[in-house]
Amino acid sequence: MLARRIIPCLDCDLQVPGGRVVKGIEFQQIRYAGVPWELAGKYYQDGADEIVFLDITASHERRETMTEVIKKTSRSVFVPLAVGGGISSIEQAREVFNAGADKITLNTSAIKRPELIREIASHYGNQAVVLAIDAKRRYALEPGRRVVQTESGPCWFECSYYGGRKFTGVDALDWAERAVALGAGEILLTSMDRDGTYDGFDIPLTDAVSGMVKVPVIASGGCASPDHMLEVFQKTRASAALAASIFHFGEWNVRDVKDYLKKRGVVVRI
Amino acid sequence: MTIAIVDYGMGNLFSIYNALDYVRASPEIIKEPAALQGFQGIVVPGVGAFGQCMERLSQFQEALSRARQDGVPILGICVGLQVLFEESEENPGARGLGWIKGKVVKLPDSVMIPQMGWNGLSIRQHVPMLDGIEEGDMFYFVHSYYGRPEDASLLVATVEHGVTVTAAVASDNVFATQFHPEKSGARGLRILENFVRSVSC
Repeated sequence: MLARRIIPCLDCDLQVPGGRVVKGIEFQQIRYAGVPWELAGKYYQDGADEIVFLDITASHERRETMTEVIKKTSRSVFVPLAVGGGISSIEQAREVFNAGADKITLNTSAIKRPELIREIASHYGNQAVVLAIDAKRRYALEPGRRVVQTESGPCWFECSYYGGRKFTGVDALDWAERAVALGAGEILLTSMDRDGTYDGFDIPLTDAVSGMVKVPVIASGGCASPDHMLEVFQKTRASAALAASIFHFGEWNVRDVKDYLKKRGVVVRI
Repeated sequence: MTIAIVDYGMGNLFSIYNALDYVRASPEIIKEPAALQGFQGIVVPGVGAFGQCMERLSQFQEALSRARQDGVPILGICVGLQVLFEESEENPGARGLGWIKGKVVKLPDSVMIPQMGWNGLSIRQHVPMLDGIEEGDMFYFVHSYYGRPEDASLLVATVEHGVTVTAAVASDNVFATQFHPEKSGARGLRILENFVRSVSC
């Protein structure tokens, strides 16, 4: 039986030499957390099942810094590495794969040009393409929207892009389904309402998407404790839980989180 | 210990290169069949579709068969396990290496396809390649098809994913895993170390 995965996420600011890991709150306020490959190495030793690197600056001239980060990390970290932020062509994807990444995550570029999913998937396989969705609750219902019941009433979910700065009008559930049909092998589903809030994952959102698509869904946004991970694994079909702050700032160690989950009956890799 | 990684143009070889380097082997990426000679061990990686892999691997077929007959330890990974079989449902008509009798079949529709993630091994045989690996230890899988050997005695380890799925096979000097040891943390590295050790003895 497949284990539920615990995935630390490194939001990387690549505007300083070597890059640095930062963490925003609700996509805004920034806190400095450490050096990317050092943190990745620590999380690997602690038992992380996979590591996600997101280039939050997503600027073309910084891509070399990201490939350096991945090259350095992949020499001593032997779990899957996923890299995202600003990848908008198969050539850019290739640079990242060639540096040692196993998967790339796409958001903005895939919304602007969905065919990119198919292009990269047909070359590197579906398992190598992770679609990142940043979803925001919209309580103003409109015809044609996929409505999800939440503790605050019915809503639909709108996809955001450009790192949460712009909205697309695209329904997140529609987009998830379409992206999987195009070849996305996994969905990294971030709740914009929860990201950085420490309120726990958006369960209705995660439940709706993970119950709908056949590919693995990574729940993201709002995790502040192992209890939040337990909740998302008990109440949804999420294959993995992603967290940043709780690992970065020393509140929890990956190993302790896994012990906590295992004791409560969740299948995890120890 | 010089180990050849067969590069037949399918997928990313950096991870396996880095992992072998990490366990202090001296891996070399080999693009030409003639250059395979003289290596003490050979790794056959594989990503992508069975048919396409075989099409590109076919140029190495003779060199690999010779190495196998000479007793050179060979490690297949992922599709590198599947190509050892005779054929695959993925691409009917494409012939595998046929070193192991049997067919590669699709995972059942009832489960997540591809199987992607960490799954715990049921160990069927304690072979030297699994030294240090215990029942239930988890490894990283990414695949939609799996090999079904006619001779069940070749099965070394299995996992459950809707059905019982071949995780590792062994036949004389050939060992292959459906999972990715190079992406399976410390236990994956242990298997690579075991391979390097089998090369040196």
